Amino acid sequence: MKRRIAIRALLAALIVSAGYAALFIAPDERTMHAVQRIFYFHLAAWMTSFTAFFIAFIACIAYLGTRRLKWDCLAVAAAEVGVICCTIGLVTGPLWARPVWGIWWTWDARLTTTFILWLLYISYLLLRGLLEDPERRATLSAVFGVFAFLDVPLVYMSNRLWRTQHPQPVILGGNGSGVDPLMGKVLLVCVIAMFGAMIPVLVDRYRLERLRHELDELRLAVESRAAAAESLSPKGGL
Amino acid sequence: MSAHGATLAPGVASLGICFEGVAKRFGPLTALREISLEIGAGEFVALLGPNGAGKTTLLRIAALLMNPSSGNLRFTVATGAAQQDLPLEQAKPLLGMVAHNSLLYDELTASENLTFFAQLYGLEDVRARVLAALETCGLGARAQGIVRAFSRGMRQRLTIARALLHGPRLLLLDEPAAGLDHQGLAWLAVTLARLRDGGCTILMSTHARNESLELATRAVSLAGGRIAHDTGLRGDVRPLLAALQGAEA
Amino acid sequence: MTTARAAAILLAKELRLEFRARELLNATVIFSLTVIVLFSYAFDPTAEESRHYGPGLLWIAFLFAASLMLHPSFAREQSNGALDALRMAPVSSFALLLGKMLANFIFLAVTEAILLPVFAVLYHVSLLGVLGPLILVFVLGTAGLTIVGTVFSAISAHARMRELLLPLLLFPILAPLLVAAVEATASLLADPPALDWAWTAFLVGFDVIFLTAAWLLCDFLIEE
Repeated sequence: MKRRIAIRALLAALIVSAGYAALFIAPDERTMHAVQRIFYFHLAAWMTSFTAFFIAFIACIAYLGTRRLKWDCLAVAAAEVGVICCTIGLVTGPLWARPVWGIWWTWDARLTTTFILWLLYISYLLLRGLLEDPERRATLSAVFGVFAFLDVPLVYMSNRLWRTQHPQPVILGGNGSGVDPLMGKVLLVCVIAMFGAMIPVLVDRYRLERLRHELDELRLAVESRAAAAESLSPKGGL
Repeated sequence: MSAHGATLAPGVASLGICFEGVAKRFGPLTALREISLEIGAGEFVALLGPNGAGKTTLLRIAALLMNPSSGNLRFTVATGAAQQDLPLEQAKPLLGMVAHNSLLYDELTASENLTFFAQLYGLEDVRARVLAALETCGLGARAQGIVRAFSRGMRQRLTIARALLHGPRLLLLDEPAAGLDHQGLAWLAVTLARLRDGGCTILMSTHARNESLELATRAVSLAGGRIAHDTGLRGDVRPLLAALQGAEA
Repeated sequence: MTTARAAAILLAKELRLEFRARELLNATVIFSLTVIVLFSYAFDPTAEESRHYGPGLLWIAFLFAASLMLHPSFAREQSNGALDALRMAPVSSFALLLGKMLANFIFLAVTEAILLPVFAVLYHVSLLGVLGPLILVFVLGTAGLTIVGTVFSAISAHARMRELLLPLLLFPILAPLLVAAVEATASLLADPPALDWAWTAFLVGFDVIFLTAAWLLCDFLIEE
């Protein structure tokens, strides 16, 4: 217990210092000034969400291979965390783009992929909500999860192919080009902080799901003992 | 009504089935609790018990339509004196099931339904078999009739004919008498008697009396997902059968 | 029994069922027709505009039609529990899935065959010169639609609100297919018409990837 609190306190400190670094330590960007600072969290959010979705993909495959429910718990935990991080990314993107380039949104490869990813995993969670039997829910949503993630490279490629045929002014292109070393360091801190925020949430959500299953198992055990006791009593039988 | 024998897979005399600690849960609901039951080849087992006792679940697991949550299912085959295990994949084509649902396509004719399933099972001489099967169950005149227009009794007869088409060696029946009139019940009894005499293993569930039960060699009753009573191979089934409520409507 | 033979028997059954009842096909054709006609009426596009927006409209109309039509195809098996009988038969799960996919493909293809001439007439575009390549693009695109659509209709068949769920599951996944099909069709309707090999190859890739995934995971879709 103490160790958990200590870890979380450490991570909280990390997040706070990352925020401080992003807001005050990082140098002012040449053209975009203060608004650009959102970028640190925007990119970090994207990286964490993609990692979470990848974990969900692996968990889906693992469940289909082993049929052990713990993988299903990991899949849903990772999907939920991924959707949250993805939402952060999708919200911070336009917040940054609008003051700088005057537009809220554009269908470039990265943004499109992120948006479709978000839709896919929202659908995944929706599907789970509509399937009742735990085993069937785990199996069918795992199949959907595999299909969903397989789609991601296809979305990216289709967008790139479209872009080569309909060249658009590159607006969100040069994020990493010619980055000031201090900016790079702040970026690294922010990314680590974001992961530091994501991982405990993921672990907790996973534990929560497993506890739910354990609770169901215990309930079953209690019920079956009660039923056994009843059938042994004189009133029991056909 | 005539008797049309089914062709046997060469070398397979009869099929037995073994439930070893089979349990089935549907989320929070437990349908079967640790059922261990061994049914030998050629037995005719009546599966009794009130609604919700787990009879349908047990039959569906036996039909390989469902996997048990825990425990094991084994098929045994007896050729001569020896008895050996049969892999599930090989046992599959030897199973037949008659269930609550008709398992038929309403928009097709009786003949088309049977033809489709005969083709699916890779049977030979499909036309002749289908015609013979329709004659046997008394639907010869209605071969071109759309199933949607059939009465309950006719549908049940076609369902049973469909289940027998490929000559199963283990027949699973879930309340097969439901919907049959007197003539149909008599036909069912005759058909089951013929199958039993031919060495087919039969597992039939029911919760009310009907003629076919007279043919049973063993009775197993379920309650609350457990085996409440098993007359065993040499037991007397009559007391258990007598306990059943009334006659089948 | 080989998968191909089993799939052929299942396909024959599907076709016989549909041409007896004819509900699916009628609804699909009429729905697509309505979308196409309504758009032409509302916007009355010139030939130039049609070349620009026509492909997108066409494919969206077929996408919607497919999502309406796919669900009932699995629901049919459930009404009398016929799916149980199919699962007990000695045919592979992939054969069952393949039979459904082929049937859905044919229904969609018939719809498209009826609607393309209507489109050509209402939108003042000539399709005759590019008919061969156009058919290729439509075959590849429709294959992708039916492969993913059939898998997802099997998934959603067990869920509540399945009529609403299926389009929700389907559209995000099919986004890249839509882009590819629209672009390929557009380049065929352009002046001068040309078959875009990049997009065509993309369609092939899409179909292969998801057909393989369906083949690997088919057992999980058919089990209880």
